[in-house]
Amino acid sequence: MEATIWEVFIQSKNGLAHKHVGNIHAEDKEMALQNARDLYTRRNEGSCIWVVKSEYIVSSVPEDEESFFDPSNDKVYRHPTFYKMPDGSKHI
Amino acid sequence: MTDIEKYILRIADTTLILSQRLSEWCSKGPSLEEDIALSNISLDLLGQANGLLEYVSKLNGEISPDEYAFKRDEREFYNFQICEIENGHFGDTIMRQFLIDIYFKLYYQELEKSKDETLSALATKSLKEVSYHLRHSSNWVIRLGDGTQESKDKIQKSLNNIWKYTGEFFEMDELDKKMLEEKIGVNNKNLKKDWDKLVDETLNMAKLKRPEDGYMMTGSRKGIHTEMLGKILSEMQYLPRAYPDAKW
Repeated sequence: MEATIWEVFIQSKNGLAHKHVGNIHAEDKEMALQNARDLYTRRNEGSCIWVVKSEYIVSSVPEDEESFFDPSNDKVYRHPTFYKMPDGSKHI
Repeated sequence: MTDIEKYILRIADTTLILSQRLSEWCSKGPSLEEDIALSNISLDLLGQANGLLEYVSKLNGEISPDEYAFKRDEREFYNFQICEIENGHFGDTIMRQFLIDIYFKLYYQELEKSKDETLSALATKSLKEVSYHLRHSSNWVIRLGDGTQESKDKIQKSLNNIWKYTGEFFEMDELDKKMLEEKIGVNNKNLKKDWDKLVDETLNMAKLKRPEDGYMMTGSRKGIHTEMLGKILSEMQYLPRAYPDAKW
């Protein structure tokens, strides 16, 4: 079967961001959602699923790595490391 | 065996034998995804069978759920014959599943109203699973029916071949009538109208033609089966019979 590949994103609980978990084969949206549900939420992993055709994902390429990411290396002021984290705050 | 025990065994056996049939797809599915989907459905059905057999076992007090599953012979099984028919090609399996899923959805909706609280609770739990199974099978019926000429021809043939096994869903024998009177069981005859309607909805979308109701297979309520049940049981029961009390 020469099926389209879809990327799968699962939200583990309300309020959290959807996280990429892998991909699946499917012919259409509904099948993609069902296949994602069957493959990636067998152990109660999620409360919401997104599926996106892989072809719609735009990715940077390894050759861009230096120009994309190196410039932020020496800009320590971009990291909020000078603040104290309040106890009990999560997901920051 | 009391009436209610026999009545529950009918549902339990239908889910058990269908589960066993579907499990034959494991590792042979047309794609990894579909392999897992069919295995998931098979496991859901096994869970339903397990819940029901545990309940029969509790009512009976002597026979364990495993003994019900593995120590009975053909004539002591009461599953619908439609569960026994061979998987055939993927379209055959999907069509069989589709026709059963709609039946189960309607049946469990009624069983939910049962006076028997355990049966009602088991029906509620199973309904969620069945809704998902039906979504899976009906989508595939539409995809294959409204797909290529080849897929359409094949699944129309599946439908025509399997149709004669659907009559059993709606029979009412003495036990059914008694269970209905006691407000434990379901009026199967009443399910037919809604079943036809739901079947038609999907078949219309799939551009398939519903066969006429003609000769219908019957007998499972009396323990009469097709020749295929024996083969299923010999595989399903082989291990516990060859090695009694073997532990995992």
